[in-house]
Amino acid sequence: MMDWLAALTAITQREALRFIGQRGRFVAALVRPMLWLVVFAAGFRAALGLSITPPYATYTTYEVYIVPGLCGMILLFNGMQSSLSMVYDREMGSMRLLLTSPLPRWWLLVCRLLASTAISILQVYVFLGLAALFGIRFSWGGYAALLPALVPAGLMLGALGLALSSVIRQLENFAGVMNFVIFPMFFLSTALYPLWKMAESSALLRDICAVNPFSQAVELIRFALYQQLNAAALAWVLLSGLVWLGLAVWGYDPERGLIRKAGKPG
Amino acid sequence: MTGLRVENLSYAYGARQALDRVSFRVEPGTFCALLGPNGAGKSTLFALLTRLFAAPQGRIGIAGHDMARAPRQALRQMGVVFQQPTLDLDLTVQCNLSYFAALHGLRGARAQARIEAALERLEMRGRLGERVRDLNGGHRRRLEIARSLIHHPKVLLLDEPTVGLDAATRRAITAHVHDLSRRKGLTVLWATHLTDEIDDADQLLILHRGRLTEDGTARQLRGGLGLADHFLRLTGEAA
Ligand SMILES: Nc1ncnc2c1ncn2[C@@H]1O[C@H](COP(=O)(O)OP(=O)(O)OP(=O)(O)O)[C@@H](O)[C@H]1O
Ligand SMILES: [Mg+2]
Repeated sequence: MMDWLAALTAITQREALRFIGQRGRFVAALVRPMLWLVVFAAGFRAALGLSITPPYATYTTYEVYIVPGLCGMILLFNGMQSSLSMVYDREMGSMRLLLTSPLPRWWLLVCRLLASTAISILQVYVFLGLAALFGIRFSWGGYAALLPALVPAGLMLGALGLALSSVIRQLENFAGVMNFVIFPMFFLSTALYPLWKMAESSALLRDICAVNPFSQAVELIRFALYQQLNAAALAWVLLSGLVWLGLAVWGYDPERGLIRKAGKPG
Repeated sequence: MTGLRVENLSYAYGARQALDRVSFRVEPGTFCALLGPNGAGKSTLFALLTRLFAAPQGRIGIAGHDMARAPRQALRQMGVVFQQPTLDLDLTVQCNLSYFAALHGLRGARAQARIEAALERLEMRGRLGERVRDLNGGHRRRLEIARSLIHHPKVLLLDEPTVGLDAATRRAITAHVHDLSRRKGLTVLWATHLTDEIDDADQLLILHRGRLTEDGTARQLRGGLGLADHFLRLTGEAA
């Protein structure tokens, strides 16, 4: 048992050290949502009236509306990036090294996930701090209640990346994943527009948004920021997270797994 | 059952047969060279031995543990140096080694003692605080070998560990690993396509197009020829 914890600590520490070393990645991860917030949301402020739906109790500006979606965006990008870079890029080797540990594989994968989620959560809070400088603030209780929502949301999105990294061979670079996974997930979600706004354009669009696990993660975050629990979203996030994790463990199983497809064995 | 046992191992990537019924044994204290040209299947064999993926047929035994039935015990007894470097360049030597030690259940003072001993053996003790990116290629490779010994494995697997190194460094590293097998009783499997890394007394396996074509001591196998000529004659049409 101590061995298991030692591995978790070491993997998290490594992730944190690598993260500190890669300032570029850190800045990029923050610039992206800040651009959306400052440029995009400001431009849309007038164009989009938002009606009062839960968890909002009063009229809300668009900048405030998209903050949970942008928190989700950070988790989504980081989750994909850390999982996929592990297998493709130069990192394939570090995955192989990890898998020669005598600990069970599923635990090693969970450790990887926990570590990358911890880093993502840190970034979300830095983003919220920057947003606060621009006058977009939430209650202290909301910031605190956010933490338990970010953990399952981050794990779910990280697990999705891990599952993709193990089973999908075609998505060999990050650009492919951007086009076929990240963008559709982000745009076809409640990150930018609420469901009722989507329904105005098409019922199908609304249904896609509603079942998109990323929407559920965003809604979980949105409600948490107002100190409310969206139980349905939580259930959906946990369920889809378990499915992705199961798929990832299956994918990295040496017997049935498809990791051998991922490239040269060298 | 000690050392390394491989029985009837086959592996195919789709229609491409990368390994075809490979069987061999390496006894403790033996330095065994796995010699094969590019594409012979060396790295595929290493992927199976390190359980990156499992072989549909055949058996692997590491220091008496069956890879399919007791993978965790088998992995515990195994040290690996992969063909591609697996160091974190932006982290220090110490960080890289502590990370690895923890993955193998070693912590605190015990881990530190093992780390320092492993570095000492490869004359790298003074570099504990350096960033790996600042080390030259030879030192990085030595560091990977040192790392593979931290958990005191009984079986050491190295996949073309001297690629890209200059002649002097290559000789030093090769000599060092020979010494490890002799003095510490380590079972060593050393994949290469360079014949000058092999001593006459070493066990030699020649792998060609997924098949093991020869198994014996280097001295026996080469007969009157130089090893390079012998190897070229066997695999020449591939060059
Ligand atoms: N992921 C893969 N998919 C399909 N074929 C593969 C894959 N990996 C390797 N091969 C093929 O299997 C054969 C054995 O490859 P392997 O990498 O094991 O050889 P090697 O002896 O390590 O060569 P090298 O000296 O170049 O490292 C080669 O023909 C190679 O093209
Ligand atoms: Mg190879």
